[in-house]
Amino acid sequence: MKRREDSERIVITGVGLAAPNGANLADYRRALLTGQSGVVPYEIRYFGETFAGVCNCDVLKYQNRRELRRGTRAGSLSVYCVGEALADSGIDWENVQKDSVGVYIGVTEHGNVETENEIYEIKQYDYDCAYWSHHHNPRTVANNPAGEVTLRFGITGPHYCLGAACAAGNAGLIQGVQQLRLGEVDLAFAGGVSESIHTFGIFAAFNAQNALARHEDATKASRPFDKGRNGIVVSEGGCVYTLERLPDAKKRGAKIYGEIVGYGMNSDSTDFVLPNAERQAECIQKALRNAELAPDEIDIVNTHATATTAGDILEIEALRAVFGESKKTYVNNTKSFIGHAMGAAGALELAGNLPSFDDGIVHPTINVDELDPECEIDNLVLNEPKEIGNVRFILNNSFGMVGINAVTVIAKYEGD
Amino acid sequence: MTSAELRETIIDILSEIAPDEDYESLKDDVSFRDQLGMDSMDMLDVVLGLRRRYKLPIPEDDYPKLDSMNSTIEYLLPLVNEKKD
Repeated sequence: MKRREDSERIVITGVGLAAPNGANLADYRRALLTGQSGVVPYEIRYFGETFAGVCNCDVLKYQNRRELRRGTRAGSLSVYCVGEALADSGIDWENVQKDSVGVYIGVTEHGNVETENEIYEIKQYDYDCAYWSHHHNPRTVANNPAGEVTLRFGITGPHYCLGAACAAGNAGLIQGVQQLRLGEVDLAFAGGVSESIHTFGIFAAFNAQNALARHEDATKASRPFDKGRNGIVVSEGGCVYTLERLPDAKKRGAKIYGEIVGYGMNSDSTDFVLPNAERQAECIQKALRNAELAPDEIDIVNTHATATTAGDILEIEALRAVFGESKKTYVNNTKSFIGHAMGAAGALELAGNLPSFDDGIVHPTINVDELDPECEIDNLVLNEPKEIGNVRFILNNSFGMVGINAVTVIAKYEGD
Repeated sequence: MTSAELRETIIDILSEIAPDEDYESLKDDVSFRDQLGMDSMDMLDVVLGLRRRYKLPIPEDDYPKLDSMNSTIEYLLPLVNEKKD
């Protein structure tokens, strides 16, 4: 593994998350180890009945109803996640210099929910724009989710959102690492968020693409790698990490969940929607090079697979190219439990795997009744958790539309 | 429309904007800003709420008349009743 100066070593010291099957890391991990799906029947205007991953976290913990109304769902999920990540870190917030804190939130899209709502409103007034809300602009600016965090917590350092389709959660995390290494901030809240289930457009578009999951049982609708998979379950969610430089974390005796030792980002440059296995493999190799790790040093690969026919096969093709010779690398998928949390996916799925550093267990990929032969790969953990002993390195994949790939490598922190 | 009915509608609008306030103890002669901590975006919500309910455009120059419950009713009641006629 690459040896970095301590001041360049960035560690995770807090986790705040909102998942469809858990509103904190302990509950979420328990759900992932006991096969609890967070996918439920869901109905949205115009589109009708479908499935979705819906979060039931208590957003009133950090905002009152007036603040919730003023902002957006993506904003409130971000505020909740940062509030939890901050509390979890144990940082003495009162004495933190607020202009040295940065907020970096990945989003797949932002603003569709509000624009759809406004058009729905003015439709009742014969599309008279005089009835359009003054809230539309502050709710739809691309920095809204991160900006709401700064408003709530009095943060005066930089904030912005990273639009990176479904690679956004990892992109947010990578941005946090880079800004800390550059010395731009001393503390970062980084991750991703998604409010996508509140826009009918995303369901309608996936459906038009024949890529929206259908099944008689909501909890079995998201089934990556299964032969009977038929598309994506759209989910909302969020996951934000408290990131610090190692010396700062050590100085205050913080719990260290892991160290971000490598990352890679690249672009397919081939298609609007169809992934590119070769570019994905290159992105994974880029992350491994960045960490100075060999493929067979990775204990767990958390896949991006969304349960589309082509996407799952292409990702496995990329994994075979990189990890084909590795006997000790285990492969799993979190979307089979929570659906596709879009901008939150990368960060949220990583969080579901971080406890493996402590318990040595790989959470499974559920809903695989018949493994698609084209998705076969050694050590794919199917349907039941697998205890593998000491876990030292996790590699997390996230890929998005228009060809954006982001991969992170997290190491167990084992002291000096 | 009576003054009491209009007051109820205004309370409805305010309750949507600031759901956690106690409207039982609202003082009709005290400004909404001071009493409910309302800012300019909230006041625009009042204007939009009135427009949506009564299809009543309120010119920007008249916004100061929406300061308290009393001043709002005094300003709006004739406009609303005129609109109904």
